Amino acid sequence: MSSVAASPPATAARAVRTRGPSVATVYRWELRKLISQKRTYLGFALVVILPIFFVVFQNVRQSHDRGGDNIFAAQITQSGLATPVLMLLFLSVFMLPLAAALVAGDIVAAEDGNGTLKTILTRSVNRGQVFGAKVLAAITYATIAVFLSAAVATAAGVVSWGFKSVRTFSGTIVSAPEALLLVFASNGIYLIPLLTVAAIGVLLSTATRNSAAAVVGTIGLVIFLFILAQIPGLEGIRPYLLTEQFENWHGLLRTPTDWAPIAHSAWVCALYALPALFAAYLIFLRRDVAGG
Amino acid sequence: MSDAAAPPVRARGLVKRYKEVLAVDHIDLNVCAGDVYGFLGPNGAGKTTTLRMALGLITPTEGSVELFGRDPMRRGARALDGVAGFVEAPRFYPYLTGRKNLELLAALDGHGAATRIDEVLGIVELAPRAGHRVGGYSHGMRQRLGIASALLRQPQLLILDEPATGLDPAGMRDMRRLIRRLADEGMTVLLSSHQLPEVQELCDRVAIVDSGRVVYEGSLSDLRRQGGAGYRLRTTDDARALDLAREQQGIDHALADDNGLGFQADERAVAALSLALGRAGVGILTLAPELATLEDLFFRLTEDGDGAGQAPSAVDEPGASDVERLVPTR
Ligand SMILES: Nc1ncnc2c1ncn2[C@@H]1O[C@H](COP(=O)(O)OP(=O)(O)OP(=O)(O)O)[C@@H](O)[C@H]1O
Ligand SMILES: [Mg+2]
Repeated sequence: MSSVAASPPATAARAVRTRGPSVATVYRWELRKLISQKRTYLGFALVVILPIFFVVFQNVRQSHDRGGDNIFAAQITQSGLATPVLMLLFLSVFMLPLAAALVAGDIVAAEDGNGTLKTILTRSVNRGQVFGAKVLAAITYATIAVFLSAAVATAAGVVSWGFKSVRTFSGTIVSAPEALLLVFASNGIYLIPLLTVAAIGVLLSTATRNSAAAVVGTIGLVIFLFILAQIPGLEGIRPYLLTEQFENWHGLLRTPTDWAPIAHSAWVCALYALPALFAAYLIFLRRDVAGG
Repeated sequence: MSDAAAPPVRARGLVKRYKEVLAVDHIDLNVCAGDVYGFLGPNGAGKTTTLRMALGLITPTEGSVELFGRDPMRRGARALDGVAGFVEAPRFYPYLTGRKNLELLAALDGHGAATRIDEVLGIVELAPRAGHRVGGYSHGMRQRLGIASALLRQPQLLILDEPATGLDPAGMRDMRRLIRRLADEGMTVLLSSHQLPEVQELCDRVAIVDSGRVVYEGSLSDLRRQGGAGYRLRTTDDARALDLAREQQGIDHALADDNGLGFQADERAVAALSLALGRAGVGILTLAPELATLEDLFFRLTEDGDGAGQAPSAVDEPGASDVERLVPTR
């Protein structure tokens, strides 16, 4: 260590008077950390590759199956705007929750894994600020994953089959610009259950302190709820299962718009997400940072 | 509220229990402004646990610790204003470069810490490797980065947990020099260490903990004086002198070696021995008082009676009785 003179230590008075960093600062660095990690891109790849693969496959195939039980599958080559809807149908069930869980489940536990929790919690930020920034970063990631996937699916569909009107679930034809708006609104509505998955991921990440356990636990819960919904005799609880809310956006693609499933999913998801976040917050605030 | 006159560290009745392990057992500490305070103890004594409580990383089971009058449990990050340091090996984001790690921490510090990054990298001589990812750093380089990250905060109180661990000899020497210089500039340093010569060189006050309890707290010179009534004697007939020393009341631990004999005694017993030697016709070549080294005292304090490294709850007697063992019985 060289003999470069260190500046004189700050006086107590000065240190107390000046303001510390804000949640926004911590949040910006959470995003930078995400940008620097491979897993971030793995999640994005999961939700982008399927639409690209699907469109390429449909293009090289000679004959198209015009039937199918889904109205958007049936008109896939008639309008490029059917592609993002069909992709959301596929991805909303598993891939997007997986991408959201991949980052949410890691966001606190990774600090345990690296032993860096003690490093950041001995600076001038409170635990609440760190937690808030992490939740915002997990939300940001899930949101970007959804819209990135939608944008790629839309672009690939439109390039292949044109920017044309589509028929919705109720058979009504909507113009191309309106359909585009509906595609992005549907993805926005789908964020309600997806961010709930992220909230559960954050809770498991905080509680287990282990990335793998948190990611697997979150996805395991989604699968568990899917299975629960299939059990005969349990139909009564189906409307309250988180996984049932993954279809909440279907109401937007009907004429007239069916707001009931959207409103229902909003409060059902709140019942999952808010207690999960509150529990995670309390755990994070009170936990001992005894490792690392 | 913080209080300008409040001491940098003041712990009262600090207890930390992990299930059946009593890691810290009613520890009181008083680190005063300007101290270079040594925090010593065998493995598992509770040093790191105490420092974690001081930094607000873990919640005390009982008692409290205040930094400049502020309790981290109540004041959160505010309690760490003017305080920096790390416990155990400093940890960083392996996928970020050294410089990016410091930029991140400076952002979490505010107060213009980012403007000091180049300076602190220079101080720890890490500037040439600052652009490399920390995942590829050696242990000693991470240790240096830990020091750099602490200096970013321009602390008045620096808490270091075995900072020299894993440093090469030059690195250790540089670390000692750096601590010395920071102390000369007015920084208070709380230094946990296993390097007793380093502590002896750097520290003016020490706390020695064993099995979660403080067995000595006070100035290093007092400690050495208390334990230090040792003498070295060379005579014309060391074998005869050893017999006489062993017969003499008030003389303990008399042992012969290549350099004559060493023993512990109070002054009256030494006078009596010199007369006895004269009567026996044994000539005294040299008779000199010898201060005990910190190492001697450390072992005497932490290895007497209860075994070091045992379950902390095995200690039954209060710490005071350990201190008494140092004081020669009259
Ligand atoms: N997270 C934990 N869970 C359970 N026991 C713990 C934990 N942390 C520390 N301990 C126990 O507390 C005691 C004190 O540990 P601590 O790390 O404070 O010792 P130390 O004095 O720093 O030792 P060393 O010189 O080896 O670093 C030990 O018995 C240890 O096993
Ligand atoms: Mg330790």
